[in-house]
Amino acid sequence: MSFVEYGDTIQEGDTAIVFLGHESMFPVKVQHGSKTQTKTQILYSTDISLITMMLELKPGSIVCESGTGSGSLSHAIIRTVAPTGHLYTVEFHQQRAEKAMEEFREHKVEHLVTVKNQDVCKNGFGVSNMADAVFLDIPSPWEAIGHAKSALKVEGGRFCSFSPCIEQVQRTCLALEEHGFTEINTLEILLRVYNVRTISLQIPDLGKAAEDNSNPGFDSSNQANQGVMCGSQQQGTAQFKSGVPLREMVGHTGYLTFATKSLS
Amino acid sequence: MFIGRRRRSAGGEAVRFAHCLSRNITPLPSVELLGGTPAHCGPPFPPMGARRETVGACAVRALAGRSTRVRLVLAAGSRSAHGGEHGAGRPYPRGGLRCAQARRGLQGGTDPEAEEIVQQLIENSTTFRDKTEFAQDKYIKKKKKKYEAVITIVKPSTRILSTMYYAREPGKINHLRYDTLAQMLTLGNIRAGNKMIVMETCAGLVLGAVMERMGGYGSIIQMYPQGGPVRAATSCFGFPASFFNSLYEFPLSKVDSLLSRTFSIETLPSESEDNIPAEEESNGSLDEKPASIQETEEESTTEATMEGNQTEEQETMDLAAEDTENKESKEKGNKENIREKQRKQQERRKKLVEAAALLKEKNADGLIVAGRFHPTPLLLSLLEFVAPSRPFVVYCQYREPLLECYTKLREKGGVINLKLSETWLRNYQVLPDRSHPKLTMSGGGGYLLSGITVVMDKGKSDAGRLEAQKTEEPTSKKRKLEELHS
Ligand SMILES: C[S@@+](CC[C@H](N)C(=O)[O-])C[C@H]1O[C@@H](n2cnc3c(N)ncnc32)[C@H](O)[C@@H]1O
Repeated sequence: MSFVEYGDTIQEGDTAIVFLGHESMFPVKVQHGSKTQTKTQILYSTDISLITMMLELKPGSIVCESGTGSGSLSHAIIRTVAPTGHLYTVEFHQQRAEKAMEEFREHKVEHLVTVKNQDVCKNGFGVSNMADAVFLDIPSPWEAIGHAKSALKVEGGRFCSFSPCIEQVQRTCLALEEHGFTEINTLEILLRVYNVRTISLQIPDLGKAAEDNSNPGFDSSNQANQGVMCGSQQQGTAQFKSGVPLREMVGHTGYLTFATKSLS
Repeated sequence: MFIGRRRRSAGGEAVRFAHCLSRNITPLPSVELLGGTPAHCGPPFPPMGARRETVGACAVRALAGRSTRVRLVLAAGSRSAHGGEHGAGRPYPRGGLRCAQARRGLQGGTDPEAEEIVQQLIENSTTFRDKTEFAQDKYIKKKKKKYEAVITIVKPSTRILSTMYYAREPGKINHLRYDTLAQMLTLGNIRAGNKMIVMETCAGLVLGAVMERMGGYGSIIQMYPQGGPVRAATSCFGFPASFFNSLYEFPLSKVDSLLSRTFSIETLPSESEDNIPAEEESNGSLDEKPASIQETEEESTTEATMEGNQTEEQETMDLAAEDTENKESKEKGNKENIREKQRKQQERRKKLVEAAALLKEKNADGLIVAGRFHPTPLLLSLLEFVAPSRPFVVYCQYREPLLECYTKLREKGGVINLKLSETWLRNYQVLPDRSHPKLTMSGGGGYLLSGITVVMDKGKSDAGRLEAQKTEEPTSKKRKLEELHS
């Protein structure tokens, strides 16, 4: 890519800026179908926030996670448990596991994370009685509940599973109950963003007497609501600030199921 | 009321928390929780399976693990006094409250004393023998449940405290829902090693959450309004004393002088010759603002009272007690504790100087604002202390003040990525073939305005101010057009 010449098309290796709208731009490295380009669905900040708090993550926490996927949540967890905690993340897709390791190295956090390339449902997390929290984002979380339980500390810990489908949640909750987890709770969080706009609405002319220009009824109440009346001779407008919801928003990412392992 | 407020040991926190939690389960009189020997942090704990230990000690163990279930046993004479049948409600433990045994595990194990009582009931019952076996079983189960007093002491955390406060005393935390708090911690990029500025009036819950997420690494400057910093919830987290070493506080009423450089470390000692509360009272330089603040405060108090719950009242007293704690020191002013007072004052002054120095570096890694004050003046001033390229988050229970704040910040410049948002939280019933959202959900958890600071272009900022002085008509006209086109 050249900074001094224009190109007609985006080329391999370019960094393009994706403009998704006002103040929503992302740099994207352009790569043609190299080996690992099947990107996984990642978790975003709204879900991550709730997961982090409900798993009680903080500096020093030991956390187990599967699958690593694109490492979006992994990075968030690492950031929270640093400088003394550790993340054990399990990914059975070899290229993804390798790519994640590469990224952790690149971001200088490799000392805070261990990537294991194995099937979490068969082989677990590779640690036992060590974790403060376990997180699952795999298609069949119910098959990994036993491993989650044994990875958690003896004195207990927190568990979370993220699943897009309610059927997955049902099976997971059953498995959690069978394994003696308590405080089983499923919830969903949605982010609503508002655009701040100044809106003007016309005041209808109801043929009020000309001398009555104080617009009783509007003036008092509207002024209190930050409304500003810009009355001209014939027609007035009422102006106000509004938080306008987006025309379309993310309506579903996944269900979050939390549970607690207690002392046993 | 929480007890032992001044104690900073983990044990003290645990006792307070144990009590605070116990209120959720049975209204245990607070005095009795301290009836046992006070808890200490660190060993020696009674060995597992020890016959008797204090609730405090159990709570300390809960701090070490994640939760401990304890059985509350009545002192001799109270529960067994109910040997005969009676119509009274569940007998609450009186005096000398103790837990005889901290039980590991959830079920399993019985309460021997409860069994004894039930046995007595059976013996004294005239009808028991005539009952069918099924009815007898039912009777025993019912009575056992009635006389068994088991509570779970849970290790405090942001999750526990924020859900508890939201459910029980939302008025105390300005209806900040826990998932909103979760967003704040992420949006504010709270992590170990940060230097954070926190201005909150949520009983210290937000401060506690920030402290937990920073794990004792980095520093926090808590800005506080008149009356001093409130940390009722903060003290429930059971933080080690070391966490408080890097926690500073700075009065809001001194922000302006700090920004205009009239507040200098050299002039400070003479300024704070009087003790601190008096200093705050005499500071009327905030003109009418305090009045309106008081109004809001009143409003929120009424709201809290309307939620009509005894604990609410208790906590109000608790807060009041904290307030008087400051004034007390002023009013007493007697010779006996004058030296102690002076030493404390010295310490506070030193910390105040340190806080001022930290702020004056103007390189904070973030700003968190939450509470009952109008966010605009707070942000316009406090953002000055934040380094460029750092996040800030403001929580407000209402959307309108944030709309205004958004506009003012845009006019002033120096911020990008301003985002006004809220979250919806939905709980689910999950049962095989019968899963669906719960019938009710929270109607609102408050609003957040977040953004990132950037280096302000001098010329542009002046232009921004100019524009702000004029009406904002041009922008609004443009927006109106945008609206029409969209
Ligand atoms: C949706 S992605 C996870 C995304 C990740 N949470 C993030 O935020 O980037 C799911 C990942 O789990 C992996 N996976 C699925 N089943 C697995 C299993 N049984 N053991 C290990 N990894 C598994 C998949 O290869 C995939 O990469």
